[in-house]
Amino acid sequence: MALPLAILVGRWLMMAGGVSPLDAGLTAEPVAETINRLGLWALRALWLALAITPLRRLTGWAWLAPWRRPLGLWAFAYGCIHLLVYFVLDQGAAFDLLWADVVKHRFILLGMATWLMLLPLALTSTRASIRRLGGRRWQALHRLVYPAGGAAAIHFILRVKGFQIEPWIYAGLLLTLLGMRMVPRRRIKV
Amino acid sequence: MLIRNPNPHHPTEAEATAEGHYWNRRAIVAGMVGVGLLPSSVLSAGEEPALARLVAKRTRDAGEPATSYENVKHYNNFYEFGFGKEDPSRNAGRLRTHPWTVKVDGLVAKPGVVDIDRLTRLFPLEERVYRHRCVEAWSMVIPWTGFPLAALLKMVEPLSNARYVAFETLHDPSQMPGQRTRSLQWPYVEGLRMDEAMHPLTFMALGLYGRVLPNQNGAPLRLVVPWKYGFKSIKSIVRIRLVDRQPPTSWNLTAPDEYGFFANVNPAVDHPRWTQSRERRIGDWLPRRTLPFNGYADDVAGLYRGMNLVRNF
Repeated sequence: MALPLAILVGRWLMMAGGVSPLDAGLTAEPVAETINRLGLWALRALWLALAITPLRRLTGWAWLAPWRRPLGLWAFAYGCIHLLVYFVLDQGAAFDLLWADVVKHRFILLGMATWLMLLPLALTSTRASIRRLGGRRWQALHRLVYPAGGAAAIHFILRVKGFQIEPWIYAGLLLTLLGMRMVPRRRIKV
Repeated sequence: MLIRNPNPHHPTEAEATAEGHYWNRRAIVAGMVGVGLLPSSVLSAGEEPALARLVAKRTRDAGEPATSYENVKHYNNFYEFGFGKEDPSRNAGRLRTHPWTVKVDGLVAKPGVVDIDRLTRLFPLEERVYRHRCVEAWSMVIPWTGFPLAALLKMVEPLSNARYVAFETLHDPSQMPGQRTRSLQWPYVEGLRMDEAMHPLTFMALGLYGRVLPNQNGAPLRLVVPWKYGFKSIKSIVRIRLVDRQPPTSWNLTAPDEYGFFANVNPAVDHPRWTQSRERRIGDWLPRRTLPFNGYADDVAGLYRGMNLVRNF
């Protein structure tokens, strides 16, 4: 999960070294391209995190379990950098402009909502937090990941121009992953 | 007699890189690709045959530096060749721009079919440096070569009941693979009101940067309406029709609440996705303010006097 970020950082270092954005592989509009790539990886990491539990149920592979938390945290990390680059280089680090954008554009609002929903989950991702909150309350809080995924999927759909298939594929995958949770648990042994 | 007006973008013989240096540079670039420092696309880009020159006199300047030729060629919205900004530069090679004809018909006294080679010689060519503002809030400055649309329209003698001009892009999925998807209704269509079409700023481009248009920029003939969002400036035109009613336009058909018929650059009217009061000039790091009518208000604001530009977006 660190690899796409490392590649992006490498490309920015090339640009810092005088290579044109086009030759650095970030198109003629490197800011937009960077924001898009970060968002896409945030989405992918979140989808993978959401895939762990249904995959475990389906296959009984217990070794998948420890991957869930790091994938969730990677999703949040990519989301944070995605938001930060947008805020600094697209909104000129001005909170009034950011607020105006959030109020005006539904897709920005949904992106912000996604980040705000993931924030408490990242903050309570430690074992100590589970102990402090108690397993049941911690689990209830972490169900926020479902609406967060939904908001992220719609954020992507609303973002693209015209009818493009890619965001709908992600939305379909999310529905599948959430739908698999509806299947009554039978085989899972915790 | 052919009078050559030296174009400031054209390097003189003395400025050209000596061949030895050129090959040397290529060897270095190839080596970098070999060890994975550069993507292989930089090599193929270097192998493109140079496009034919167009001799023209510069008649309008933008007063700002032009966006680099490489950026103009590699950052395009041309859904006939894919959604990605670099897809058109990769996929437009399949487009055959010769032979090419443009049908001009509808409410005109002298309809006809004009061959692209004839069209290139029909009117004195001009070079105009225009700002180009995309509805997605990015912009460029581009030196176009071509002629005013008014010259072509006058030639075919519009009838008095002609009130709009409808434009149509080539429809051929074998050359334009994007037309196999249903991202838009094909062919791409656009339109202008007669007074907009006859306005001296409205331009038919055959080239940019002193050479014929690269395919991905709308070869061999495209419209350029600098005070409107880029999607109005329809590419690879095969038909121009004069009509009495407002013609359908592609993006308006797809999302009528997002893309209006007029689509004048207007910082006061936001798109559901993009804040239109700012734009990023390609090559800049931070956004800049967007000007009403993309900075051409002095030329064109009069066309819309008394119109509600919020409703007629």
